[in-house]
Amino acid sequence: MNSLTEEISVDSETDALAAVKSDFQEYLDILDTAPSWWKDIKKSAFEDYCALPDPSRKDETWRFANLKAWRGTNPEFSAMPSISNAQSLIERSDLIKTYSGQIVIADNQTIQAESISPELSAKGVVFTTLKKALSTHGALIKDYFMKQEVDLGSAKAAKLHTAFLENGVILFVPKGVEVEDPFIVYNWATSATVPSLPHTLVIAEDLAKVSLIEAQLSADESTPSYSCGVGHIFAGASSKVQLTVLQNFNEQSVGTQISSNITGKDALVKTLSVNVGCKQYRSETHGKIVGSGAHVEMLSLAVTDNDQEIDQRTLQTHDAPHATSDLLFKNALRDKSKTIFSGLIKVAEHAQQTDAYQTNRNLLLSSDAEANSLPGLEIEANDVKCSHGATTSQIEPEEIFYMLARGIDRDAANELIVNGFFEEVLERIDVEELAENVRQLIRSKFKK
Amino acid sequence: MSNTLEITNLNVSIGDKQILKDFSLTIPKGEVHAIMGPNGTGKSTLAKAIAGHPDYEITSGEVLLDGESILDMEPDERSRAGLFLAFQYPMEIPGVSIANFIRAAKNARLSEDEELNAPAYYKELYEKMDMLQIDRKFTARSVNDGFSGGEKKRCEILQMAMLQPSYAVLDETDSGLDIDALKVVSEGVNTLRGDNLGVLVITHYQRLLDYIVPDVVHVMYDGRIVKSGDKNLALELESKGYDWVKELAPAGA
Repeated sequence: MNSLTEEISVDSETDALAAVKSDFQEYLDILDTAPSWWKDIKKSAFEDYCALPDPSRKDETWRFANLKAWRGTNPEFSAMPSISNAQSLIERSDLIKTYSGQIVIADNQTIQAESISPELSAKGVVFTTLKKALSTHGALIKDYFMKQEVDLGSAKAAKLHTAFLENGVILFVPKGVEVEDPFIVYNWATSATVPSLPHTLVIAEDLAKVSLIEAQLSADESTPSYSCGVGHIFAGASSKVQLTVLQNFNEQSVGTQISSNITGKDALVKTLSVNVGCKQYRSETHGKIVGSGAHVEMLSLAVTDNDQEIDQRTLQTHDAPHATSDLLFKNALRDKSKTIFSGLIKVAEHAQQTDAYQTNRNLLLSSDAEANSLPGLEIEANDVKCSHGATTSQIEPEEIFYMLARGIDRDAANELIVNGFFEEVLERIDVEELAENVRQLIRSKFKK
Repeated sequence: MSNTLEITNLNVSIGDKQILKDFSLTIPKGEVHAIMGPNGTGKSTLAKAIAGHPDYEITSGEVLLDGESILDMEPDERSRAGLFLAFQYPMEIPGVSIANFIRAAKNARLSEDEELNAPAYYKELYEKMDMLQIDRKFTARSVNDGFSGGEKKRCEILQMAMLQPSYAVLDETDSGLDIDALKVVSEGVNTLRGDNLGVLVITHYQRLLDYIVPDVVHVMYDGRIVKSGDKNLALELESKGYDWVKELAPAGA
């Protein structure tokens, strides 16, 4: 990975591209066992990657962004490292104890993939690694892989993701099948040289019900990693889908997450991002409603400290009538950390009777922290209820005094208030074990 | 002196304005004292200053809790030392349930290696809620968030019951209460009365003192106590009005 500075001369740009081109050629050579259609997808993605311009702050989707970490990030695809600590990583993959299936991936290599229960298999449920699915579920990949628009700024990064993608998970739930316990995938970053490319594809057919948790974690606190993940949900008519991405890479790391869903008629989709890690992290979340009566919830919570930067771009697209979307992004910022929230609600002309809400709330815990908020609406229909709200506040001294007067010390008081601030999001997590884990994670940010 | 909350010659300012002027008062454990006085006379300043609010500057004087000075203590230390302030306007803390809030306050009173016994805690909480006629569903609600005036004050008394202070200052606990709520809150305070608790009730109206009958009544005006007496003083004040108090104030004050 080469992180170039903002001022790139033409020569160094050419050099960077030359390096990644030779990396890609080497990479294709080691892919000799992969199906040729897969190689073709990659080749074409790589061509697009080379042709696409780097992001610029002149683009609406990159306003206020710090581009340093992304511009010219070309992965250095060295030989696959051996995962020496696989056993310990599997042991540390313990966020929830009750699940329908668990896959553990480290540096894009599968280190654990338990088979799902025979009952679920018999019903046609598929939960497998992308690597395996290339030979077992090629048709599914051909139909759904990267079939959603990347329209919030990271189109180039998504092409890089596709070109070098090694692994990921596919979760397919056939029509009418409801799975109660969540599935979970762990993506561990262990190496400084291999980019982590998590890929998650959830396909829920009509009337299906499923929930997936994805954890993005670092094996240690000091090894910097680069991650670029993609998560796509296809929610069929009347399906219920939940996807949680819990990102806790160490604070030396840089990451991007490109998430979107296409939600059909009367379907319910709930996405949640929990962001506590990375030196610099960008998340793009697009909820796209294509069927009437659908309901999409987009939730996010982030705690930042030191000089962390989290850049959040969201889009709620209403392309069908009588649907609702509800977005709630809450950030608590400590030290010199920074967040950007930029959200847009887009309602098409025919999407009448839309209810769309977008709320971004930031809690500044330090006078050096900076929260930027850019909410937006683009409405072509004339009979809709849409609202957006953004607030940035600090903890009121009177609130702290009230808690002090009960004997609670200042640190504990701050922590209680922050926990309370996030409770509005946490109480909307249906898996109690997960909610408790997220609470712990928030707490751990205050113990550092 | 031990077993008293002793306030001696307390001078308190907000900015350049002096509010309390050589204020002195001793509340022995086991007694309920009431302070009455017109608005702007310094009653709430007294409450906030004793509790350690940073906006109130104590320029001289002393506050001894069981013989120990609390003036160098942070507000949370004062609370843990046994002082409780029931707020006139309790703060709302969104997302923090009453159960978790009181638990945090209880935890703050334990040493590092002690841990709160959760079942015992909930047993005590429910007992005290029953005593104060608070619905048990209340525990899950966020502290004061969207509460009615009566609910807020009952929540204050619940916290007092759970934290078992040695001295409690009730700042205008009757404000914002209708008569039914006033009765319930007063009953709560009366149940907590006893040999191990000294209470200072601050109020503008006599009506609260029909329900929380004080042992001693003090009349405050312009930053100091101008007259003390038994519970009948409150009635006298009620009939004569606060203009009478002004005549009691020392000349030149």
